[in-house]
Amino acid sequence: MISLVNISKTFNRGALKALSGISLEAKSGELFGLIGPDGAGKTTLFRILTTLMLPDSGDALINGLDIKKDVTTIRSKLGYMPGRFSLYQDLTVDENLKFFATLFGTTVRENYAQIRDIYIQLEPFKNRRAGKLSGGMKQKLALCCALIHRPDILLLDEPTTGVDAISRKEFWEMLARLKADGITIMVSTPYMDEANLCDTIALIDQGRILSIDTPGNIVRNYPRPLYAFKAKNLYRLQQDLRLHENIHSCFAFGEYLHVSFRDESAVSLPVMAKWLEENGHQEIILKNQTPVIEDCFIDLLKH
Amino acid sequence: MRMLIILLRKEFQQIFRDKSILPLIIVLPIVQLLIMPLAADYDIRNISLGVIDHDRSPISQELLSVIGSSGYFIIRSEHTSYQEALGEIENEKTDIILEIPASFERNIARLGGDEVLISANAINAAKAGIGASYLSTIITGFNSNIKVNRLRAYGLEPVPRIDITSSSWFNPYMNYHYYMVPGILVMLVTIVSGFMATLNIVREKEIGTIEQINVSPIRKHQFLMGKLVPFWIIGIIVFTIGLGIAWLVYGIVPKGSIGLLYLFLAIYLVAVLGFGLLVSTFTENQQQSMFVAFFFIMIFILMSGLFTSVDSMPPWAQWITRFNPVTYFVEVIRMVMLKGSGFADIRQHLLTIIGFAIFFNGWAVWVYRKTS
Repeated sequence: MISLVNISKTFNRGALKALSGISLEAKSGELFGLIGPDGAGKTTLFRILTTLMLPDSGDALINGLDIKKDVTTIRSKLGYMPGRFSLYQDLTVDENLKFFATLFGTTVRENYAQIRDIYIQLEPFKNRRAGKLSGGMKQKLALCCALIHRPDILLLDEPTTGVDAISRKEFWEMLARLKADGITIMVSTPYMDEANLCDTIALIDQGRILSIDTPGNIVRNYPRPLYAFKAKNLYRLQQDLRLHENIHSCFAFGEYLHVSFRDESAVSLPVMAKWLEENGHQEIILKNQTPVIEDCFIDLLKH
Repeated sequence: MRMLIILLRKEFQQIFRDKSILPLIIVLPIVQLLIMPLAADYDIRNISLGVIDHDRSPISQELLSVIGSSGYFIIRSEHTSYQEALGEIENEKTDIILEIPASFERNIARLGGDEVLISANAINAAKAGIGASYLSTIITGFNSNIKVNRLRAYGLEPVPRIDITSSSWFNPYMNYHYYMVPGILVMLVTIVSGFMATLNIVREKEIGTIEQINVSPIRKHQFLMGKLVPFWIIGIIVFTIGLGIAWLVYGIVPKGSIGLLYLFLAIYLVAVLGFGLLVSTFTENQQQSMFVAFFFIMIFILMSGLFTSVDSMPPWAQWITRFNPVTYFVEVIRMVMLKGSGFADIRQHLLTIIGFAIFFNGWAVWVYRKTS
């Protein structure tokens, strides 16, 4: 279990507020996601949780242990995978794994069961130097090294950034299996689509938590109906809609625009379609849209 | 202890895997020790001399043949005027001009003496100074011989005079290799161990692996020991190779105890590695640490008395050399290897270097604890 109460951290003598009053709780065996853009403070939060950095104020407990006092005990219970690949590139896959196992006072053999599913994919490359692995394989090795001492809690800082779509999918499947083993996982990602794979998510921006809930609840709490608009010239469509006085928000989302209205009673889809046609738009498609996490994030940012 | 062994094994795995570092450790001292002592030779020879002999008498010819046979000078050219000879100096072809006046022999015979002119090209100050003084010495010697011969010719007893015979202790043939090789050995050990440890730690910072180490239950002093011990061992290997070359190539065998030398080396390396550690705690990447380490090691070496004698430095510079660990090892290695000094003679040096080791390492560990 991870619980944070009012964690704040500033850099450059207070000039840069990285985290302001973060409070959250990740229950045991939960897959907890920190969702936010670059510079939101996700990495700083991880550095505090891994005892690499002290917060300016606030308390943090990991499985009931204080990050300020029980540093050594916490470190033996944590598995941490930093955002940047930071294993020894000049050592082989096996050597890295053995090194980190012994560093935590255990052996690969002893905890092989923990990493078997992941390691099987790495096995053909076990004598290859870590620096020569592909991006996806590097991630798998880093995950193995973070798991080799059977941590209770796994902290993953943007594990899927810069990894191809298939490897990303595989990676989340691995996380699901680890969760099933009872490990508490906290993972950060800038990709909103990955948020749905978490049990609970915290939306973070500029060191503040915008919302904490299950992905389902966050989506359900989207405050107004959402529509998807499409026309032949999407760019001009967006320009025109943003000038319309009843438009609350309008954002490009793949091949559609996600649109919401200020006053739902004053407008309907046929009326909008007519208005757009009058403005010279062709191939108009207007439909209802279920909100996704990104819509919620954008909406929360507006407040 | 088990933790330390793990770290050491990993460190050596990395060192042995690096295809460039290992040959560097072996080849660097060999090449340096083969080239440097030959180049850093203060024994000045082959000074080219331009002669303007206005006299062309038997006695002036005799003087020139004495100079020519001294082994230090090559009489490159004979000129008819000073201007012409100066032209050669301007072209960097001649180092020193010797001008013998027209009435040289006559004045010696009649007046009992004459003057010759020595002009030296002071662009190369060492060559000019030492060359001119060699030349004066030769002429003075020649001078007194003339007197003696002339007195004898008149059937008189020679005037009593004092002959100076000097003997160089601990280096009887004034062989510069004896003096330079041990010093250069110190320089090599300092550079190899100092730089390598610094760069190695900073590299862990640069690629982020230090973070993975920091989140593990490993203690800071274990990590630092894991970094120091490999380079301590490498330092000792480099020194041993160097000692072997000193013996094989230059025939230099330590007069004193080899064990004493290694004892001092062992502590000296701890001090130098501590210095490297200190640099690495203050720097973030390899470029920064390279420059900082280079700056200090450069000063350490130039002000260590290796190339220029500490005694001839101005007082403020002598004061600085006392805060330079390299100075102590250069002194000790020369004392032990050439003079055969024993433990009692270097006790003070040993205590000082222990002080350095504690100071550098203590400071480094303190900073390291504070930053992470």
